[in-house]
Amino acid sequence: MIEVQNAIKTFDGNQVLKNVSAIFEAGKTNLIIGQSGSGKTVLMKSIVGIHRIDSGHILYDGRDITIMKRKQLNQLRREIGMLFQGSALFDSMTVLENVRFPLDMFSDETEDEKDRRARFCLERVELSHAVDLYPSEISGGMQKRAAIARAIVLNPKYLFCDEPNSGLDPKTSLLIDKLIQDITHEFNITTIINTHDMNSVMEIGENIIFINKGEKAWQGNSNEIYNTGCQPLEDFIFASELFKKIKHVHSSNK
Amino acid sequence: MNAIEKVGEYASLMYRTITKPDRWSIFWKQYVNEVKKQGIDSLWIVVIISTFIGAVITIQMVLNTENPLLPTYSTGLATRDTLLLEFSSSIMCLILAGKVGSNIASEIGTMRITEQIDALDIMGVNSANYLILPKITAFMTIIPCLVLVSMFVGIIGGYCVGIFTDIITVHDYEVGIQYAFIPFYVTYSVIKGIVFAFIISSVSSYYGYTVKGGALEVGKSSTDAVVNSSVLILLFNVMLTKLLLT
Repeated sequence: MIEVQNAIKTFDGNQVLKNVSAIFEAGKTNLIIGQSGSGKTVLMKSIVGIHRIDSGHILYDGRDITIMKRKQLNQLRREIGMLFQGSALFDSMTVLENVRFPLDMFSDETEDEKDRRARFCLERVELSHAVDLYPSEISGGMQKRAAIARAIVLNPKYLFCDEPNSGLDPKTSLLIDKLIQDITHEFNITTIINTHDMNSVMEIGENIIFINKGEKAWQGNSNEIYNTGCQPLEDFIFASELFKKIKHVHSSNK
Repeated sequence: MNAIEKVGEYASLMYRTITKPDRWSIFWKQYVNEVKKQGIDSLWIVVIISTFIGAVITIQMVLNTENPLLPTYSTGLATRDTLLLEFSSSIMCLILAGKVGSNIASEIGTMRITEQIDALDIMGVNSANYLILPKITAFMTIIPCLVLVSMFVGIIGGYCVGIFTDIITVHDYEVGIQYAFIPFYVTYSVIKGIVFAFIISSVSSYYGYTVKGGALEVGKSSTDAVVNSSVLILLFNVMLTKLLLT
C-alpha cells in the first residue's frame, strides 16, 4: 500500500499539488485521472521520487520516501517497476536484453536463471517471438508489452504506469489494460496508473482518484463514477457524446 | 541559469558519476564499447587530417622560411615540433570535440528526452555513473593512442612531401625530424590529450544529461557541448603549457 499525506508541490511559485492525500491499495489497479495540466503526472512523479514534494509524506508500506537519502531511495526503487508513456526501452538493446537489464544490474542469479526469468516475463506478455528484435523494429503496442515485462522482471511490489495507452489503438489499449490488471491481481502488486483514457477508467478502475487543479476532487471506483455529484469530474468524463449516451443508458437501466 | 549554477550542477553531476560502478562486469562491457565508438571509430579522421596537415605544414615551412641563413633541416624540425607540441594534442582534440562531443551529448540527450534516464533512475541505477563514467574513462584511456598516431602519421605526411615533390629533400627532412629531439614533448602532448579528453567527455555528458525539452533542445545541447568544450580546451591549453613547459 502507498499512502500520500498532505502533499504540496510548487514550481516557480505555482502550486501544482495542493495538500493532496490519497491511499493506493495493494492488489488493486489504482487510477489517477484528471485533465491535462491538473497535476496528475506531478503527483505520480512525486510518489516515485522523481520530484521531491515541498511538504507532506509519501509512505510505501510505512516507509517514508520524503526523508530517505539517495541510497535508501535507490534500495526502495528496486521494489518498483515503471511503465513510461513512451515505453523508454533502451534503443541499443534487444527486447530480451532490455528485460534482462534489471536482473543484470541487481540480481545475483546465474546467467541461465536470469535468461529463464526474462523469457518467462516475455512469455507472460506474449512477446516470446520478439526477443531478438530491437525496440525500433517492433510496434508501439509491443514496445509497451516489452516495457511491462521489464517492469515486472524483478517481482516489484509497486507498479507505476504513466499513460499506458497513449498512441495505441483501442483494441491494443484494451489488451494492455487487461495485462496490467491481470499482473496486479496475480502478483498482488500496488499498481498506480496515470491516465485520461476513459475506456481504462471504465474497464479497470478499481480505485480512482480524480485530480482537479492540483487537488483531489473525488475518489471511488468505476461503478460509482456515474453518479459522483462532482461537477468537474462529470464535465471531464462525460465530455464526449459517446460517454453521455453510456451514462444515459446506465441511468435508464437503474 | 547563470554560469555559477551551471558549474555547481556540473560538479554535482561529476560527484555522482565518479563513484564505484554498481556492476563491474557491465561497466567493462560498456567501457569496451565506448573505446570502440570513441577511439577506433575516430581513427580514420585522425589519420586523414594528420597526414594532410603534416604535409601542408612541411610545404608552408619551406615556402615561408626561404632564408639562406637557416639550415636546410629547419623545415623538418619545425614540422616535428609543431605536430608534437600543438597539432596532435590541442588541434586534434578540438576536432574530436566536434565528433565525439556532439555524439555523446546527442546520445545522452536523446536518452533524457525519451525518458530512458528516468527509467534507469526508477530502477535504482545511478544513471550518471552508468552512462557517463564508461565514456569518460574510455576516452581518457584511448586518447594517448590517438595522439601518438596523429604524431606519427603527421610526420609521415611531411615525409611524403619529400618523396613525391622536389620542395624538400628526404635527407633534409629526416635530419630535421631527428635534430634536437626532446622526448618530454611527447609526454607533454599525451598529458594535454588526457586532460582534454576529460573535458570533452564530461562537458558533453553534462549538456546531454541536463537537456530539457525535445529534439530541438538536443540539437542545441550538442552545439553547446562542442562550443564549451572547445573554449575550455583552449583555456586549459594555455594553463598546461605554462605549467609544463616553463
